[in-house]
Amino acid sequence: MPADTLVFAWGNPSRGDDALGPLFAEAVQAMQLPQVECLTDFQLQVEHTLDLVGRRRILFVDASCGVADGVQPPFRCAPLQPARDTSYTTHAMSPVALLQVFAEVQGQAPPPSWLLAIPGESWELGQPPSVAAQERLTLALDWARHWLRA
Amino acid sequence: MSFELETATVASDSLRRVAIDPVSRVEGHGKVTLLLDENNKVHQVRLHIVEFRGFERFIQGRPYWEVPVMVQRLCGICPVSHHLAASKALDVIVGAKQLTPTAEKMRRLMHYGQILQSHALHFFHLSSPDLLFGFDSEVAQRNIVGVAAKYPDIAKQGILLRKYGQEVIRLTAGKRVHGTGAVPGGVNRSLTGAERQELLKDIYQIIGWSREAVKIIKELHQQNPALYDQFGSFRSHFMGLVAPNGDLDLYHGGLRAKNADGQILFDHVDYQTYDRLITEEVKPWSYMKFPYLTQFGPEQGWYRVGPLARVQNCDRIPTPFAEHERRELVAYAGSEPMHGSLGYHWARMIEMLFSAEMIKELLHDDDLEGSDLLVTGQRQREGVGVIEAPRGTLFHHYQVDENDLVTMANLIVSTTNNNHAMNVAVREVAKKYLDGQQITEGLLNHIEVAIRAYDPCLSCATHALGKMPLEVVLLDAEGRELDRQYKA
Repeated sequence: MPADTLVFAWGNPSRGDDALGPLFAEAVQAMQLPQVECLTDFQLQVEHTLDLVGRRRILFVDASCGVADGVQPPFRCAPLQPARDTSYTTHAMSPVALLQVFAEVQGQAPPPSWLLAIPGESWELGQPPSVAAQERLTLALDWARHWLRA
Repeated sequence: MSFELETATVASDSLRRVAIDPVSRVEGHGKVTLLLDENNKVHQVRLHIVEFRGFERFIQGRPYWEVPVMVQRLCGICPVSHHLAASKALDVIVGAKQLTPTAEKMRRLMHYGQILQSHALHFFHLSSPDLLFGFDSEVAQRNIVGVAAKYPDIAKQGILLRKYGQEVIRLTAGKRVHGTGAVPGGVNRSLTGAERQELLKDIYQIIGWSREAVKIIKELHQQNPALYDQFGSFRSHFMGLVAPNGDLDLYHGGLRAKNADGQILFDHVDYQTYDRLITEEVKPWSYMKFPYLTQFGPEQGWYRVGPLARVQNCDRIPTPFAEHERRELVAYAGSEPMHGSLGYHWARMIEMLFSAEMIKELLHDDDLEGSDLLVTGQRQREGVGVIEAPRGTLFHHYQVDENDLVTMANLIVSTTNNNHAMNVAVREVAKKYLDGQQITEGLLNHIEVAIRAYDPCLSCATHALGKMPLEVVLLDAEGRELDRQYKA
């Protein structure tokens, strides 16, 4: 039986703040929470619909463009609904399109899902995540520690 | 012919610029610019690609044994190809002239898993929307979600084929992502009996679905030869690896090139000497280089690589179902090689079938459970590794100093090898479908269909949320923006 909760994060660890997703998953994995499984990949792909089967809930995690300023929250978490959007690029297949493919192929509604978006600002090859992004990552993990236990 | 429309011959300030930026449903970033006059006559077409030259500098100064793992971060779609090409180059550095049977078969299994999953993704999820619905069909339907809604069985087969390939990679490389299976001189793991059985359980279904996929694309060709034979068709050389006996071999071999008539230009060339065979030309308007066969010069020496080149370059495919399909493709093409860009889809599905059959053969081989994994020999300072990646011939070349640090890296990725050919394909399609027409999304998609046939991997740039819109910008002769559309 798969774990109830799937944390699915994506990004390229070698490209600055694009590593936020995989770093988040790594940190959650280290928390060793019961019934929580973490998976990462470079990109969200169609076969990941199979990773969603049998879950109670899904938390998608990715770095997002657009740096948060003092007014904006350091991260955003929003519920997702399956949608036939126009995410064309395979590497940019959106979580909502993935959920829609799940519904079409599996013939059932996907598990309740949320997208946690952590803003980044630097995407250069070979660079570590920016200091500001790492601070936002820490805050997101603090939030997740409670959310994942709920 | 091949340079027609590369540069406008009338003053560009009198022309209108159309940019398709970035090209959608290809891996990474690309941009197409078209210069049109007031009558929408096409004067210039260019495919611009942001290449990852930065990665070669990124590798310099690193210990050589880190390279096979590091290079996987070049690309989220074909990390295994870079992993194996780098490992093959570093085999030369550590003096491993002949891998152990277990090491070579584990790597081959990993590679054919990669080819299977990559070709499945391309056909079922990137190209099938165009092929099944039409190039200028309703844009909201022309994507994988549309395919899943109308053809759920096809979509599901695509997902399961890709998942199977990923499982082969996971079990041979050790992890789903950033595997470490191949190391300089061999591999660091073999399969257990249980793992072999797990993969064998589904392989016959995978072969069956692969045969069905070949049937789908073959019938599309046969039903509409006017489109499939002529779309983006142009004559070119073809290059790729072949086995010593001329068989198709995607893991190892010598370089063979044929001309547009199908005659062999050179054969079984040792790829350690690739830099004497190929020159990489730089053009001021593109980041990506334009390789050509040195002996023929830049105008006559450009070539195509990838499935269409490989299936037509080899003498035979050493698995029965794929060989049967190769013969049908060759017979369909007639007296000379198939030149239409859409032929790539047909050849790609034949290779997917070949990969599935090869996986089956390998899984029946007890060497996969062997424990003799590594060899070493006399240390060298330089090595070249070449592999037939899903998109074509992939070159990795490294020099290493006495402290084991990489001092030079040169990569010619598959998409770079096809750079000139993709530009020619785009120009052919622009001339045929866009000249004198009103520009519509469907017409612009014809351009993208031509590019997608080559399955270009334009480098995995960052892909964070909101980073990858498809942007179409219309500018007038003064550079004023007339229209802009996003698809994101």
